[in-house]
Amino acid sequence: MSRKLELIVLAILLIFAIQFFYMSSTTDAEYGGADGEAEGVINEITDGTYKPVAEPIWKPPSGEIESLLFGLQAAIGAGIIGYFFGYYRAKKNYENKLVCKGKSKSEGDESSL
Amino acid sequence: MHIMEGFLPTPWWQAWFAVSIPVILYGIYKMNRLVNEKREILPLLAVAGAFIFVLSSLKLPSVTGSCSHPTGTGIAAIIFGPAISAVLGTIVLIYQSLFLAHGGLTTLGANVFSMGIMGPLVAYLVYKAGMKAKLNFYAVVFLASAFGDWATYLTTSVELALAFPAGGMLTFGSFLSSFGKFAAVFAITQLPLAIMEGAVSALLFKYVVHVKSNILVEMKVIEDSVVRKLRGISA
Repeated sequence: MSRKLELIVLAILLIFAIQFFYMSSTTDAEYGGADGEAEGVINEITDGTYKPVAEPIWKPPSGEIESLLFGLQAAIGAGIIGYFFGYYRAKKNYENKLVCKGKSKSEGDESSL
Repeated sequence: MHIMEGFLPTPWWQAWFAVSIPVILYGIYKMNRLVNEKREILPLLAVAGAFIFVLSSLKLPSVTGSCSHPTGTGIAAIIFGPAISAVLGTIVLIYQSLFLAHGGLTTLGANVFSMGIMGPLVAYLVYKAGMKAKLNFYAVVFLASAFGDWATYLTTSVELALAFPAGGMLTFGSFLSSFGKFAAVFAITQLPLAIMEGAVSALLFKYVVHVKSNILVEMKVIEDSVVRKLRGISA
């Protein structure tokens, strides 16, 4: 299996990683959420008069708990992806092996005849 | 792209529910039919949903000094079409609004419309157009996912600009002025993230093609000749 695509993707990720390390060490960017920034824009447009029509039912009590739940979300997703890729891979492997076995056996039969 | 709980006034949040609910219902109907017809599709459906789970939980730093997350809906849109992607996106958005106070129940309709409907729809159309033009398959997946990601954030900007036009009165000019402000927050931050999302989606698709291409051919996602060509290269 050629690894060309992997290398391209790795290169893209590396460029962003380096860019991030450079930016975060040379500027004092806060890296807050863009969703929160949109809230700032809403306040700016309405001169701070806008009152949200609803509040979240439950908020993670701290940034740590929020990270935990985000991590959990990623872990659930990654687990499912890994499980099924492993399943498909093994299935394909064993199917190939069975085909090979069947073939060599029938060939053997032919030669014995 | 999450519009936070309560940050869409009446009647906008109801309006977006009115738009999104029919699509979700149609998606559920389509999903049920598909699963009944082809049970072997279930794992792939789970993988597509799980991919949205992973990618939308990763808040990545961007060049603008703020963080945002990819959507991960490209894979689902390409394999299953926009309607089923809307159902998968809704599951993720409900999780995030209940447990993370990210997005909200009142704004769910608008968020489903941007992340679950418009993003996948654009990804789907870009994919179809790219395959028709016979471009490289992985390049098409990359473009579809990246444009789907951008479309999601532009849609969010449209939704917010409609609800919060500059000066309070909704005219075309005030809409554009607000749209520019929201798009400045979202679009530039999202530019590099969409490129990353496209790259990772293309990579995942490579593995799907490698282990389970027959199901994609059966669903008419890609043609047999394309698979053979990809395998020929990657063999």
